Amino acid sequence: MAGLPSAETVDTARTYLEAYGRMRLIREFETAMHRLFLRGEVHGTTHLYAGQEAVAVGVCMALEPGDYVAGTYRGHGHALAKGTPPEPLLAEMLGRVTGVCGGRAGSMNVIDLAHGLVGCYGIVGGSIAAALGAGFSAARQGRVSVAFFGDGASNQAYFHECLNMASVKRLPVVFVCENNLYAEFTPMADATAGADIAARAGAYAMPAATVDGNDLWAVRAAASDAVDRARAGEGPTLLECRTYRHYGHSKSDPATYRAEGELDRWRERDPLTLARDRLLAEGVTEHEVAAVEQATTAELEQAVENALAAPYPDPSTERATEYSP
Amino acid sequence: MSGLEFRAAIRDALAEELERDPSVVFFGEDVAAAGGVFKATPDLFERFGPDRVFDTPISELALAGAAYGAAVTGLRPVFEVMFGDFMALAMDSLVNQAAKFWYISREQGTVPLVVRSAVGAGGRFGAIHSQTHGTWFQGIPGLKIAFPSSPAEAKGLLKGAIRDDNPVVFLEHKRLYSVTGPPPPAGEEVIALGRAAVTREGDDLTVVSVGKGVPDALAAADALAEEGTSVEVVDLRTLRPLDVPTVLESVAKTNRVLAVEEGPRTGGWATGLLGVVAEEGLHDLDDAWILATDETPIPYSPTLEDAFLPDAEAIAASVRARLGVAA
Repeated sequence: MAGLPSAETVDTARTYLEAYGRMRLIREFETAMHRLFLRGEVHGTTHLYAGQEAVAVGVCMALEPGDYVAGTYRGHGHALAKGTPPEPLLAEMLGRVTGVCGGRAGSMNVIDLAHGLVGCYGIVGGSIAAALGAGFSAARQGRVSVAFFGDGASNQAYFHECLNMASVKRLPVVFVCENNLYAEFTPMADATAGADIAARAGAYAMPAATVDGNDLWAVRAAASDAVDRARAGEGPTLLECRTYRHYGHSKSDPATYRAEGELDRWRERDPLTLARDRLLAEGVTEHEVAAVEQATTAELEQAVENALAAPYPDPSTERATEYSP
Repeated sequence: MSGLEFRAAIRDALAEELERDPSVVFFGEDVAAAGGVFKATPDLFERFGPDRVFDTPISELALAGAAYGAAVTGLRPVFEVMFGDFMALAMDSLVNQAAKFWYISREQGTVPLVVRSAVGAGGRFGAIHSQTHGTWFQGIPGLKIAFPSSPAEAKGLLKGAIRDDNPVVFLEHKRLYSVTGPPPPAGEEVIALGRAAVTREGDDLTVVSVGKGVPDALAAADALAEEGTSVEVVDLRTLRPLDVPTVLESVAKTNRVLAVEEGPRTGGWATGLLGVVAEEGLHDLDDAWILATDETPIPYSPTLEDAFLPDAEAIAASVRARLGVAA
C-alpha cells in the first residue's frame, strides 16, 4: 500500500461501502426530488446534486459528528452526507410540518444544527462566510468547520475576504470548492480567470489541492489531510474538487448550453459507478453491495411515503415569533 | 468634568460583558491594538487578549458573515463596522442570514450578535461617512435596532444588546461620543431592547426622536418652556421593535406629536411611526408632523451641513410655526 495517503491505511473497505450507501441515498433522493418536482410536490425551484456525491460524502467521512458544515443552495447532498435523515429533509422540500425546519426553509435554506449543518445558503458564497464564523467557534471547541461552494462562488468577494481572514487568523476551516464547470448557466471559461481555483489559495498563503471530485477515495484522502491540519491548529485549506452536475443549474434550466456529448462523457465517470467498481475490486462482494443498495432504496422509499403523508403546516395554528425570547 | 463620557460608556459596557460572559468576543477594524478610530474601545485588547478582542482585515462582508457564523455556533460576537455607511457592504449576512435564522430554522438556534457603528452627520465627513443606516434595516423582521441618546443609555442599551439573543444593529451618533452625563440610574444598568422612555414630561406637545435627536429635542423643550409651551419628549431607544404604545400614551395626553428624524422623510422611521399613531390613535390627535432632512445626500460644507440638520433651534422654530406662537 506504499504511496497511498495515510488515511487509506486506516479505512477499511467496509467504511467505504457505508459511504457508497450514502452516495446512493443522495442519488436516489435527487431522483425522487426530480420526480416530485414534476408532480408539483416540490415548490418554487430546486437545485439537484446528482453527479457530485463523492465530494460531500468524501469530505464528511473525514469529519466528526460535532464538526460544522455550511452547504449551498445545491445542498441536499451536504445535509445527507453530514447526517440529516432523508425523511425530515424530504418533508422540508415538500413544505410539510415534519420537515427539518417545519416547512419554513425549503430546498435552498436547510438548517440542521443537531447534525452540525449551520445552514445552506441561497446567496452564492454565503456558505464561505458562515463557515469562517463557525471556524471561530470551532477553534475554541476543538472542532473543524467546512464550507462547500461552487466554482461560481470563487468570484464572489466572500471567497477572497474569507480565505484571507481565515488564513490570517489560522482558523480550522476547510474550504471545499465543488467545481462543476458552470457558474449557473455560464461556463467556467467565460467567468473565472485563470481556470485554476486551487491556485488562488497561494495568494492567501494557504495550502490547496486539486482533487478528482468524482473519486470518493481521493476526496476522502484530501479532506482528511485538510481536517488533520485544521484540528492540529495549522489553519485552513482550500480543496478544489473537479466534478460535474448531471442536471442543469436549477429546475428552470434544461442545460442546453452544454456541448454535445459532454454529459455522456462525465456519466462514464459517474462517481457511484467508480465507487462500486472499486469496492468490488477491493474484495467487497456483489452480495454485500447489493444489500446496501437495497437497504438504501427501501429507506428512501419509506422516507418519500412518510413525507408525502405528512401534513402541511396549518397557518391557523402555526406558532411563530419574530424574536427569540 | 465628572460623570460618564459616551465613548467610555461604550467601552465600559463591552468590558463588563466580556468579563461576565466568556462567550462574548469583540472584533473589527482598528478596534483592538489601536482602541478604535473614535477611541471608544481602548484597553480591551490589553485586558482580554487576542482571543477575545482582535483586529480584522478591512472586509466588512466577511466580518458580518463571521459574526453570524460564530453566533449560531456558540459565541456572542460584537463587531464594529467603523462608519455606518460601510454597512452597505455588510448587509448580506445580516439581512439574509442572521435576521432569518431563528424563524426559518424553526427555532433551532439563536443569533446573539451585535454590530456597532458610528453614525450621523455634523462632523464634516461628507455624504458617505455621515449617514444613519437604522432605516436601511428597519423593514427586516428578526433584527433589532438600538440607538442610544445619552452616555447612561449607551451603556445600558449596549449591555442589553449583548445579552439579547437576537441580532442587533447598534447605532452610536458621532456627535454624542464626547458628551458627558450621569451614569445609569438604578434599574437601568442593563436596558432591555424594545422600550421607549419618556425623557421629559409635558402637556402641550410630544416630540419623538432617537439618538442625537433626543438631546436636541430636550434643548428645544427648555427654550419652549420659557415661552410657555410644555413639551413632552419621548426617546424611542430602539427603531425595531418600535415602542408604539409609549408614543400613543404620550399623544393621548398631549394630542400633538412631532417626530424629529436625522434622515430623509421618504422611507424614514418617522413616517412609519406617525402612520401607526394615526391608525391607532387618530381620536387623540389634533396635529402630527415630521421634521426631517432634505431628500439629498448629506452635504460637506459647514454652512450647508448645519442648515441640513434639524438642530434644537430648528425643532423649536418648527413647533412655534405649527402652534402659531411667537418666540
